[in-house]
Amino acid sequence: MTNSAGSPKDITRRQMLRRIGLTALVAGPAGGMLAACATGGGSSEASPSAAPSAAATSAQNPFGVKADAALEVVIFKGGLGDGYAKDVHEPLYKKTFPNATIKHVATQQIAQTLQPRFASGDVPDFIANSGTDLMDNGALQSEGQLLDLTPLFDAPSIDDPSKKIKDTILAGTVESGLIAGKPFILNYVSSGYGLWFNTKLFQEKGWTPPKDFTEFKAVCEKIKAAGLTPYAYAGKNASYYQYWMILITAAKAEGNQVLLDIDNLVDGAWLKDSVKQSAAAWAEIGKFIDKSYEGLIHTEVQTRQNQNKVAFYPSGSWLENEQKSNTPAGFEYAVAPTPSLTPSDKLPYEAIRVAAGEPYIIPSKAKNTAGALEYARIMLSKEGAKGFTEKSGSLTVVKGAAEGLSLSPGIKSLNDAIGAAGDNIVTYSQFENWYKELETELRKQTNSLMFGRISADEFCSNMQKKADSVKADSSITKQNRTV
Amino acid sequence: MRKYGFIFSFLVVPVILYAIFVISPYLQAFYISLTNWRGISANPQFIGFENFTRLLGDDVFWAAVRHHAVLLVAMPLITIAIALFFSFLLNVGGGSKSGKMAGVRGSKFYRVVYFFPQVLAVAVVGVLFQAIYRPDNTGVLNGLLELVGLGPVGWLIDTNLALWSIMGVIIWQGVGFYVVLFSAGMAAIPSEVFEAAALDGAGRFRLFFSITLPLIWDTIQVGWVYLGIAAFDAFALVQVLSVDRGGPDNATTVLPLEIWRTAFTFSKFGYASAMGVALFFLTITFAALSLRVTRRERIEV
Repeated sequence: MTNSAGSPKDITRRQMLRRIGLTALVAGPAGGMLAACATGGGSSEASPSAAPSAAATSAQNPFGVKADAALEVVIFKGGLGDGYAKDVHEPLYKKTFPNATIKHVATQQIAQTLQPRFASGDVPDFIANSGTDLMDNGALQSEGQLLDLTPLFDAPSIDDPSKKIKDTILAGTVESGLIAGKPFILNYVSSGYGLWFNTKLFQEKGWTPPKDFTEFKAVCEKIKAAGLTPYAYAGKNASYYQYWMILITAAKAEGNQVLLDIDNLVDGAWLKDSVKQSAAAWAEIGKFIDKSYEGLIHTEVQTRQNQNKVAFYPSGSWLENEQKSNTPAGFEYAVAPTPSLTPSDKLPYEAIRVAAGEPYIIPSKAKNTAGALEYARIMLSKEGAKGFTEKSGSLTVVKGAAEGLSLSPGIKSLNDAIGAAGDNIVTYSQFENWYKELETELRKQTNSLMFGRISADEFCSNMQKKADSVKADSSITKQNRTV
Repeated sequence: MRKYGFIFSFLVVPVILYAIFVISPYLQAFYISLTNWRGISANPQFIGFENFTRLLGDDVFWAAVRHHAVLLVAMPLITIAIALFFSFLLNVGGGSKSGKMAGVRGSKFYRVVYFFPQVLAVAVVGVLFQAIYRPDNTGVLNGLLELVGLGPVGWLIDTNLALWSIMGVIIWQGVGFYVVLFSAGMAAIPSEVFEAAALDGAGRFRLFFSITLPLIWDTIQVGWVYLGIAAFDAFALVQVLSVDRGGPDNATTVLPLEIWRTAFTFSKFGYASAMGVALFFLTITFAALSLRVTRRERIEV
């Protein structure tokens, strides 16, 4: 859901049908079938399938992949599509290991597809764990289901074997995938977050993106007078677009420490002045949103922006690609950093959130873990990354892989913004993956705040209450991050 | 003995299937509700009644229970009232024609039309009503209101209105079935009774309250139990229609939705099972109460 760069999505009819199937599963009435899953798991744990007798390792084959071992790749097919895997990475793998068979599975429902397989021990080799229904990585790790990716990041790069992979990717990538101090997640996509707008429209009307909240309100008044909705997000299924903005503004005011404290469930983290003031400032902007946007889904709001009915839309760098087929001529995406809270903010206005996102994982009990590691190494080569950017329109964490590619206006503006930000980078929030309950609560409270049902103080105290209850819940494994 | 062997051979397979696929998961769910199982590996830790004590302090759980209470009272009442009205018009409302009671003109056609929503899958209905309830003027309902100069109504985003809007969909979909059910009940009433009453000068109002209603009371009770059990579901429509799945501010959430979310989003299968067990007892209590009420009615009659 949240972390997934790309992909809040509509509920399609097919998904609905599946969900109704699940009602029968879960609801009917005593959660009885959940138990059936449990039985499945009972016997399987004892038999972690032994890795197929590994081949010898070499410079070309650092993980000792057995050349004819089958590989199963499960890809979340959301905003990024699955063409990058089917048409780029899998063929590249085939080129190295022509005798290997690759099974490609594309799904929009990772958890429903894979949870039973984890419970029964029959797991695929490589997973893009993304989308609204992704599996809880923290829970997977605490049950010993995830492969430690340290060997991957220490392996030689395909492009330059004298370098380790971790030296060919953006700083912070490895850290973004740490659970309990070890890298279990490969966050592959580099996403930038901010306020998206139509450059052409803004030039024509003489509007400029705001640098602080005073300017923000002023420009919103002007836009409103021109008959547009100044600012909007989709409350029905994408309120996280909005809570990102609240968190980014807080981090700009106080520095990234506030995000660390929130992730680490530090007592009183949500009650800090930076969070309160950010929530209050955004609630003021909420007054410019038409009430009806709480009941719309993200594609409906995006469409309204494409029709120049909405001026600013908070989102990430996948937006332009997601809207490619609907963007009319004369619409040119650009991104502006989230506005500053006060002149005494720790980070300058130019600071922008750039984070490695879109988590890929390898199950520790997969049949072909060596093959999966090699597959990830291919993804992290320049050729693999370039192909990904071409197919998905998103930048990867691989340094310099976008060189020579002609970038779209939105991505180009993001690249410029990242250049202007320099070292002033707002980091990612991990609680979205670690503690789904806290994340769900934040969605609810964000809608309440932005649509005027609660005050900033209530927002903060409600969030703190939930954070405290998660902290007190012994069944949830606590995580910690220092970077 | 041979007779019993015959019966036994027919029963044994379904009983075994029922035991494996219904009874045993139930029993396991009771056990899982006493653990902190997270649904991934097979080593749940036994924690006694901790999940249940936590339920007592869980606002979202109680919000869901409250919504079931509202559904349980309002939904059957409204559905039955509408269905009775329609089926009376379809069967008796036209008055006596050549010695037989008949419905209003075109009643055969209406009967089919009323049944249409019942044929549609819940998923289709949900998607359909997304467009009908859309909160701005592109929504069908709000578009109609705009024609008569009324501002857009936030059908699904107004916390006071959202649950009722969803209930409206459930009723819209369900009424057709009960029209057919009650029509069958009315068809079973001897037409002489109606004719005699009509000759004595009873109007439609009198025909309905003094004759039709008492004579199909049993059928109405059956409908009540069906609707009551349906009131414990509502998962699919809430999932599709409500803001952020059960919102805004938990205003529309129901237990099946919370069970689903707790299990598959929060990976707390133990806690989800505890909610499932609570739902089980709520349903059982309702069914037992309904059966008891039905029995008393029979004795009185």
